Amino acid sequence: MTSSTPAAPRGRERRKRDSRVGDKIFMNLSRGSGILLLVVMAAIAGFLTWRSAVALTKNEGNFLTTFEWTPDAPEPVFGIAVLAFGTIVSALIAMLIAVPVAIGIALFISHYAPRRIAQPFAYLVDLLAAVPSIIYGLWGALFLVPHLSGLNSWLDEFLGWTYIFDQSRAGTTPRNLFTVGILLAIMILPIITAVSREVFRQVPRMHEEAALALGATRWEMIRTSVLPFGRPGIISASMLGLGRALGETIAVAVVLSSSNVLSLHLLDPGGGTFAQNIALKFNEAQPFGRDALMASGLVLFVITLLVNGAARLIVARRKEYSGANA
Amino acid sequence: MSAATTSVPSDARPVGRPLTANRLPKWAPAGVAAGSIALGCGIGLVGGLESKLQWGLISAALFLIISYALAAQVEGRRQAKDRFATSVVWVAFILAVIPLLSLTVYTIQQGADVVDGDFLTHSMMGVRSAGPGGGIYHALIGTLEQVGLATLMAAPIGLLTAVYLVEYGRGTLAKAVTFFVDVMTGVPSIVAGLFILSLWNIALGFNYSGFSGSLALAILMMPVVVRSTEEMLKLVPNELREASYALGVPKWKTILRVVLPTAIGGITTGVMLAVARITGETAPVMMLVFGAAYINNNPFDGPQQSLPMYIWQQYAVVNNDFGYARAWGAALVLIAFVMGLNLIARGIARWRSPKAGH
Repeated sequence: MTSSTPAAPRGRERRKRDSRVGDKIFMNLSRGSGILLLVVMAAIAGFLTWRSAVALTKNEGNFLTTFEWTPDAPEPVFGIAVLAFGTIVSALIAMLIAVPVAIGIALFISHYAPRRIAQPFAYLVDLLAAVPSIIYGLWGALFLVPHLSGLNSWLDEFLGWTYIFDQSRAGTTPRNLFTVGILLAIMILPIITAVSREVFRQVPRMHEEAALALGATRWEMIRTSVLPFGRPGIISASMLGLGRALGETIAVAVVLSSSNVLSLHLLDPGGGTFAQNIALKFNEAQPFGRDALMASGLVLFVITLLVNGAARLIVARRKEYSGANA
Repeated sequence: MSAATTSVPSDARPVGRPLTANRLPKWAPAGVAAGSIALGCGIGLVGGLESKLQWGLISAALFLIISYALAAQVEGRRQAKDRFATSVVWVAFILAVIPLLSLTVYTIQQGADVVDGDFLTHSMMGVRSAGPGGGIYHALIGTLEQVGLATLMAAPIGLLTAVYLVEYGRGTLAKAVTFFVDVMTGVPSIVAGLFILSLWNIALGFNYSGFSGSLALAILMMPVVVRSTEEMLKLVPNELREASYALGVPKWKTILRVVLPTAIGGITTGVMLAVARITGETAPVMMLVFGAAYINNNPFDGPQQSLPMYIWQQYAVVNNDFGYARAWGAALVLIAFVMGLNLIARGIARWRSPKAGH
């Protein structure tokens, strides 16, 4: 550098200084945005903890094991047992249905479908990922619920012995956790599909061709080259889906007929989820009731934090996966 | 020794077996599918199952079993497994298409009767909720303003953060930011709403307003923008950056003039998709914007309405056939808006960025 042509060294010096200033400004700006994001996260935790602490000190019941939710009564009693159960169960049902199906659809688009179908269909799935949850809710309540009553009584009849699928009163409208789980599965399907499809597409062609050249059938090729490559992608896609299922508010609030009953009979109406409970109780809540809802919101926040963090660590362990540049 | 090498192993290929193994004819999967659908419907009719859903499930199960058994008989186990996987994938595809298509078609069916000029240009002011009439003008205004404000806040921050992560980020801070951006994408919308409520409304004492809703929406939008932009920036080939550095261009200029323009199609797409996502958020808006039946053009003062919240109120609060009809109308408008955004975004992506890689 120093040994280069001596012509116009001053101009170069100035340009260098300018670039340094520009670099500094730009770098600090972008770093500042990153820090701002961290601050927002910390603030979410901080403020929710603050309001929750206010609520929890006055709670007369046990926050973790109480079923009731009457924070605005003279003797405030509220607990999250029912909500935690409902949230986890409905999200679990959703994941059990959605993840295999989504992987199937993603494979269909990336490896199985005739090209002429694959492209438009991929498009359609992407579009459906954007359908707002309130519309899923509306559709769930006015279309899906009536259509699921047949399936519900079927499950009750044939799988009733499992206890889980036993309906206490046969023929009740299926506004239950099971329906919520199915609706959530439909809702998170496009997201999981879209992300896993992108990952499957990035599988190096060489891997696939090598497998095929060794005489593998298409399924063996997928098992040995596509799925291992795509596993971190599938996990992070499922994580996205699980996060949505856990925190889904309005669709659950529309479909579920909630109550403060904790029951393993998944086909019985009742139960509730964190988010649904907040949405439903918020409008009538007094200031103290709002604080109680914030306490439950904090729990939801912590759960999603743990889920996402854990999934993140699983993905990070496989360092060779570096997204698009792989 | 030489005899051993020259002699052909006798068990290499039994005489009489053709080079290519037995295969099912090409029409076999279609045939099995048709057969199992017919059988499924038959069982459904005979068994008196009134829900078409059960017919479909039975047919799907039959299809899987028959195609596996058939292939196992004719082609051998490996091929049968392959066929089975193919069948599973096709069944998954069909299982998914039905509800997703039904959702779209049903919304359009229900909404098309309701949406007209009046519906789009009138508010709910003075409209009896137990009667027909009324519209979504106030909700449209509210949604556009709230989402616009949220985008103005979230898009620059998200973009800069992505630039930081891809171009500058090394060390603990970058790792922490990456980690928490991922975690933040999972923050439920209602939690974002609660946070803004406790910060903006309880701690700082502001009232319900469109702006307080857009604060929550911005929180939801930021990580989405970061993630998509980050992916796009990673797609920009390193050679481009190196070529620019080699010409003596400073880093910030390289980013602004080379990296970002290369990725601009993808970035725009990502931002628009994020916009589409927050447009449909109901929960935070419900808590923070409060809802109003009248037109409020000022997002910084007083309750507003928004489309998703309008749907919720018409369904849950009004809760009669007129309410349902209005809800479907608003749902159709909302879906059209979101899908339109999506289509435009994808159009931009295709138009701006020629396929990178491969």
